[in-house]
Amino acid sequence: MKLPMFNPMRAAFAFLAVALISLPVLADEAAPTIDQRVAALEAYVNNSDPGKSLTGVPGPGHNAWMMTSSALVLFMTLPGLALFYGGLVRRKNVLSVLAQCLGIAGLVTIIWWAFGYSFVFGKSFSTGFLGRFLGGTEFALLRGVTSAPNTDYAYWVSHNVFAMYQLMFAIITPALIVGAVAERMKFSAILVFMTLWMLVVYFPLAHMVWGATGLMNGVWNAGAAIKAIDFAGGTVVHMSSGWSALILCLVIGPRLGFGREKMAPHSMVLCMVGTGMLWVGWYGFNAGSAVAADGIAANAFTTTTIATAVASFTWGMIERIFRGHASILGFCSGAVAGLVVITPATGFVTTTGAVIIGVLAATASYFFVTIVKARFGYDDALDTFGVHAVGGTLGAFLTGLLATGEVNGNLTSGAALKNGLARLVTEGGLWHEQLKAIGITLLLSVVATFIIASIVKVVIGLRPAPEVERQGLDLMEHGEEGYIE
Amino acid sequence: MKLIIAIIKPFKLEEVKDALSGIGIEGMTVTEVKGFGRQKGHTEIYRGSEYTVDFLPKVKIEIALGDELVAKTVETIIKAAKTGKIGDGKVFVVPLDEVVRIRTDERGESAI
Repeated sequence: MKLPMFNPMRAAFAFLAVALISLPVLADEAAPTIDQRVAALEAYVNNSDPGKSLTGVPGPGHNAWMMTSSALVLFMTLPGLALFYGGLVRRKNVLSVLAQCLGIAGLVTIIWWAFGYSFVFGKSFSTGFLGRFLGGTEFALLRGVTSAPNTDYAYWVSHNVFAMYQLMFAIITPALIVGAVAERMKFSAILVFMTLWMLVVYFPLAHMVWGATGLMNGVWNAGAAIKAIDFAGGTVVHMSSGWSALILCLVIGPRLGFGREKMAPHSMVLCMVGTGMLWVGWYGFNAGSAVAADGIAANAFTTTTIATAVASFTWGMIERIFRGHASILGFCSGAVAGLVVITPATGFVTTTGAVIIGVLAATASYFFVTIVKARFGYDDALDTFGVHAVGGTLGAFLTGLLATGEVNGNLTSGAALKNGLARLVTEGGLWHEQLKAIGITLLLSVVATFIIASIVKVVIGLRPAPEVERQGLDLMEHGEEGYIE
Repeated sequence: MKLIIAIIKPFKLEEVKDALSGIGIEGMTVTEVKGFGRQKGHTEIYRGSEYTVDFLPKVKIEIALGDELVAKTVETIIKAAKTGKIGDGKVFVVPLDEVVRIRTDERGESAI
């Protein structure tokens, strides 16, 4: 690939050209008729193609919702996830988790600006072999990503807002992984690992699932080889982070004293505060994934609420029945599990589907974090695998069984008619395509993580010195203490 | 002179303090402490991990007294701190050799 160099002459010409086109006097084309102008307004309300009028103009309502959603998704990481994870570690390591979330937010933003966004949502590779896995280079350094909508993804949302919205997903996904290796991974190793992981796992996966030319983008790519659907990131975000987390925690090994020393959460209060922020922020994640303030977003908002509340309550009640106490961590874990499992399904299922998803989310994740983890003895410190991998995989599969054209017309029209998704949704069999997407996601995450983790381990090492780990990462790696006596 | 050291359940502190004020005790030192006796600790479960907490939070009260007040004070503490359940705590009475009021340099019982 070759990035065109910045050329002042070319830039000056481009500027002049844009200026000329903008002059209404020189616009030779006839001004839009009143019918065309009314049609454009209707298109704004219907979230469809504006046609001859209002082209290149963002719709205020859709744009407002997407800026709000972007902020909400960032709020999930900073400070939602940071506090959720921070509360669950021992007090000597609380800052290390916050530092990892902050560090990832900055690092990923720079990569996203430089080439990440383009690799996921560009199209310039689409004719070549590479196009199956990555987008292109045309948006590198966010060139051409302006306030005008990119109609490949949204008729009414500014391209720059869309890019920022997708950035927030790229931030939270690697941040989820740190839960599995909390309290024992070097800060430098995390930054190096995450940089490579974004390049090898996240960008290709996000492109394949959400890119206009993506291999597994059943809803929007008429030529999708795998007609899978993933509304807000069950595969891209949760499966990828969860399975990678398992492999990374196996490569790095358990915390010193694991199984012998007390490693109880140091603050269930922070954990609960973080969970509440995650839940609220997730409305931006799920309902925002409609990339419009439309009826599909409204459905996603509703199913997110129901699945999450059901899962939280179910987990609490399972604990009450089998252990005698409904714990705060139980309610919190159930809520997060519900949010994870509804994520790929949220814009595709009814409220009944959401209830089913809520019950299964809590049951499956409870089984994994209590029984399976104890049986195999891996140190998935904060249960990234048990909640995100298990929930993401379950969600991707259940979406194949519960998705319906009733709540989302995109499943039975447009590209879905051309590539055969519509038939799979109405006649059944979508779960088969979902299994293929699950297989690709799992394979890519597991294999790539193993290779990247092994390379980082050999080159700079994954773990701090034992005395650093014993003393706590806060003081030794960041030079600060979370709580001053 | 005697030093009374009472270990009680934290939520009983207010009751004990009020009862002691009622019989004219004018000063005490209170510390939050941890420990265990026959009650032992408890178990906490976080998702799949189970931890035993050996040390339970208690409150330690220290009071210095002239000999004639000791019996009544101990009796008052017992009455106020008792719940009848395991973990109510203990009262220790130990001899006290000297007391000095720092401000005035007074010594002995007049310094209490």
